Amino acid sequence: MSDSFEPVIIGFTCNWCSYRAADHAGMTRTQYPPNARLIRLMCSGRLDPTFVLKALADGADGVLIAGCHPGECHYLEQNYKALRRHRLLQRTLAQFGIEPERVRLAWASAAEGVKFAAEISEMVEEVRKLGPLNWPARPRPLATVPADIPVLSEVAA
Amino acid sequence: MSKPKFAMYWASACGGCEIAVLNTDEKVLELDANFDVAFWPAAMDVKYQEVEAMEDASLLVTLFNGAIRTDENEHMAHLLRRKSKILVAFGSCANEGCIPGLANLSTREDLFERAYSGPSTENPEHLRPQTIWRAPEGVLTLTPLQPVVRTLDQVVEVDYHVPGCPPESRQIAVVLDLLIAVVNGAAELPPKGAVLGAGESTVCDECPRSRDVKRLTKLSRIQELPSLDTTTCLLEQGLMCSGPATRSGCDSRCPNVGAPCIGCYGAAPGVLDQGARLMTAIASVVDEKEPEAIDRVLDGLPDPAGTFYRFSLAHSLLRANRAALAETP
Repeated sequence: MSDSFEPVIIGFTCNWCSYRAADHAGMTRTQYPPNARLIRLMCSGRLDPTFVLKALADGADGVLIAGCHPGECHYLEQNYKALRRHRLLQRTLAQFGIEPERVRLAWASAAEGVKFAAEISEMVEEVRKLGPLNWPARPRPLATVPADIPVLSEVAA
Repeated sequence: MSKPKFAMYWASACGGCEIAVLNTDEKVLELDANFDVAFWPAAMDVKYQEVEAMEDASLLVTLFNGAIRTDENEHMAHLLRRKSKILVAFGSCANEGCIPGLANLSTREDLFERAYSGPSTENPEHLRPQTIWRAPEGVLTLTPLQPVVRTLDQVVEVDYHVPGCPPESRQIAVVLDLLIAVVNGAAELPPKGAVLGAGESTVCDECPRSRDVKRLTKLSRIQELPSLDTTTCLLEQGLMCSGPATRSGCDSRCPNVGAPCIGCYGAAPGVLDQGARLMTAIASVVDEKEPEAIDRVLDGLPDPAGTFYRFSLAHSLLRANRAALAETP
């Protein structure tokens, strides 16, 4: 794999812990690679696997799902939902040939900027090793059907 | 005045859609009374060359069932798009890939290996189907299999969608009535892209079973349960049911008789990816918090992709296994 490959990571963070952890990393000037694009959700329990699949199908090389530590969810136990979805999603993604390292679940409290930065750094290196995902774009129908459709005998030959 | 022309075609499909149309009983006679049936391989003998010779847009409406799996399927999709004013993706295969679409989890080589050298097949010479064979009497050709199954709307523009595996005959009758009314000037065509012959909600919404709090501690297959309660939600009884993410329109026929919904009407309105939404729903109601305990429950689903995407894989966000997609041009 070429050294120039920079993985694109989409990170889904929760409003109460992991997004603040990212903020904390910034405030404490903790260095981490700039590969992650963070999207803030109110809670990791809001994460619909659709978001992950769409990110992967539309060009991301990996997806990070980050929430509050178990037992510390602002909405009591919605981060357990994220945990269960992540485990189910991983089983499904394996059947699509997508490596488990590409979809990572991490917990980080609002004070754990350093941990959050470490999770991202680790993930970027893991995905860099795997190489680009490059999921092929969904096919679009032809706007106009070709004028001369080959007759079937020619198609078969 | 000559009657408008009607066509029905099957691509990669099982034939169930044709049966479902015939199951509309006397509605087929009304169809014949209002349309000139110009092409319908399951019902009458018309050659492809005769369709190729038709004027463009000379068919008023074509019901196209079946997925696009072979070069021949693709050819016919292009041809019928060109010859039809209204092209309807009819049934789950044409709309979402359906059961043929599950082949997208494997490469062609794996499929051939399974089909022609699998555990129940004796094939010591490792014979495989050939797309071209030169026999002394002449050349035989067989249309090539494409790397992945595609849906009709991934190949040509589609005007309307009729979901279902197969579409319910009651719903087909509604669609045929609409077409007949349009022909007779008694109704307007719905906006392009509309889903016809289906509901605007989920199967759960139509299901008469009572729903309470869902707490799954075990997922079972139906044959593993000694008995089923006849009035309670099947998911609450530990059966994987696709009702929460599946479009309504079937009158919840399967849950009504104690069989879980398997998702044949495709993604419910507003759902981008039926399988992902089912993962959301099922994972939400698993009543465990520790990874090992969660895994024990999920072990009750040995084939998650095949379960969640049983009908909609080819039209899902990922569409196919990475290795199969890598073979696409």
